[in-house]
Amino acid sequence: MSASISFATPKSTPRRPPPALEAGVLLWLRRNLFSSAYNTVLTVLALWALFVTIPDFIVWAFIEAVWWTDDPQACRDASGACWAVVVEKHRVMLFGTFPYEEHWRGVIAIALIVGMAIASAFKRLWSYWLFVAWLGVTAAVLVLLLGGVFGLTPTGTHQWGGLPLTLLMFVGTVVGGMPLAVFLALGRRSRLPAIKAMCVGFIEIVRGVPLITVLFMASLMFPLFMPEGVTINKFLRAQIGMILFFAAYAAEIVRGGLQAIPRGQYEAADAIGLSYWQKTNRIILPQALRIVLPALMNDIIRAFKNTTFVSIIGLFDVLGATATALEDPLWVLFALEAYTFIFVLYFVFCFSMSKYSEHVERDLSKGRNL
Amino acid sequence: MTEIGQATADTTLHGSSAAIVALRDVNKWYGDFHALRDVNLAVGRGEKVVICGPSGSGKSTMIRCINRLEEHQQGDIIVDGVELVPDFRRIEEVRRQVGMVFQNFNLFPHLTVMENLTLGPILVQEARQDEAEAAAMGLLKRVKIPEQAWKYPGQLSGGQQQRVAIARALMLKPKIMLFDEPTSALDPEMINEVLDVMVELAEEGMTMICVTHEMGFARKVADLVVFMDDGEVVEAAPPERFFSAPENERTKLFLSQILH
Repeated sequence: MSASISFATPKSTPRRPPPALEAGVLLWLRRNLFSSAYNTVLTVLALWALFVTIPDFIVWAFIEAVWWTDDPQACRDASGACWAVVVEKHRVMLFGTFPYEEHWRGVIAIALIVGMAIASAFKRLWSYWLFVAWLGVTAAVLVLLLGGVFGLTPTGTHQWGGLPLTLLMFVGTVVGGMPLAVFLALGRRSRLPAIKAMCVGFIEIVRGVPLITVLFMASLMFPLFMPEGVTINKFLRAQIGMILFFAAYAAEIVRGGLQAIPRGQYEAADAIGLSYWQKTNRIILPQALRIVLPALMNDIIRAFKNTTFVSIIGLFDVLGATATALEDPLWVLFALEAYTFIFVLYFVFCFSMSKYSEHVERDLSKGRNL
Repeated sequence: MTEIGQATADTTLHGSSAAIVALRDVNKWYGDFHALRDVNLAVGRGEKVVICGPSGSGKSTMIRCINRLEEHQQGDIIVDGVELVPDFRRIEEVRRQVGMVFQNFNLFPHLTVMENLTLGPILVQEARQDEAEAAAMGLLKRVKIPEQAWKYPGQLSGGQQQRVAIARALMLKPKIMLFDEPTSALDPEMINEVLDVMVELAEEGMTMICVTHEMGFARKVADLVVFMDDGEVVEAAPPERFFSAPENERTKLFLSQILH
């Protein structure tokens, strides 16, 4: 019997903190920017690109820019950006064809929707009442934009435009589309063949066509199928088209979440005697939606940007209204500045949503082991 | 909870009088695979039955048929006087009488321990929240983890999670408790804390059907030990006879493999 070479040495050591991390600016630079020859080349190239572009941009956008003038000639004479076009045209860009003296109603509508969205971001306020509040705010926004009651001048949907239209279309798409998406996702997994076939058919057909086609269908072909004398206004038709399109995509995302829930969760809910809807509402959906939150948020941000498509069928969303504003021959040269403003506007909305979704994701995964 | 097992009308069907759960000639197939073959079993009110057998023997399938997580295709299953015929509609009512504990706990990870416990009573029995919480606290004390009430399942050890699962199953005051390998997913040092709770429950008179390989538990509490293999009941006997004088060769082989 030969002696074994394996050994372990019993030893008792008090707990101690980990060794201190190295720190310092130089170390950070070396690690992150100059860690290899390849990275050093990339860093130098990037610095050069910034050096070439940033100063010119700053001169154009700030130093030589014209901020405040009602004379387009002053803009033409200047070498910098003409932000005056935004100042001059902001009413048309933000409110489109909405009657000028009624713009205050649009401002309140925007404030209501944005305020409600911010309130919804606070987890403490998440409850049934938040949903009721959304219904109330939606009703208030519709009253503000439609007028005709409380002494407000009637303003039909054909006069709507700009940011209120964009925001209302977006909120309507998500609020109407999310429940539909959930039903479609549940239906697609249904054991009843008829329901399953309907849901699969709807999802596949809508996913198989571009959004523009859906909107053209809604605006041009749909009226042909309606009985004579029945008309549904264009805004509503576009809204329904947007809802259906959003729902078809979101349904597939939700289905992914439903499939990720282990079978044991269904069985445990069954075993304590929950009905199908109790099980779905309280056990399955909360977990499934949390899993797919990032993907869903992605789709919601896309829905926000997709509202720009409605300008193709003659509704003046922010982008469409800006195009209209630029038809003024005096200011037509300054489209770049006007569209830069729109770019910033969209970026602020989309980036806030994206950051918020990141925050919710982190928050919901705290202390839980999913 | 000690009033569990109060007498109601006895089941007299199929001659298994006083049986609260009765299976007669139950057959089940998964596709072409014959998973349960003419299974017969009766469980008396307040009695404890331990089911053992190799994996794939149909023991889990059988107890999952009792609260209809699986549907059988032939034979009769009677639970507390209600016959689970094919196409049975009011299964929720039966499930409220039957608590179930799973191998993998299956707690709801998005709810706190307290919410896991009170969800059933509040939704199913329309209990008031404060009453449900008081009852939940009582049960958590019984399973010795009242301090974990406001944590999420993911923050608990396996043994603690399984004890929460037992408490959850007890919340609806069931007449029958089913255990499907309750300790198989636990680390060895946690098995006893769960078994202790189960022994206490047995001593209080609960009707229990346990699929388990914990033979010490079977010796201690079982009125009947059933050995299943290949979808059949191979042998059934009181524990003293089952362990000391098994009759069937397959039983002997199985016992020699799990008892060291």
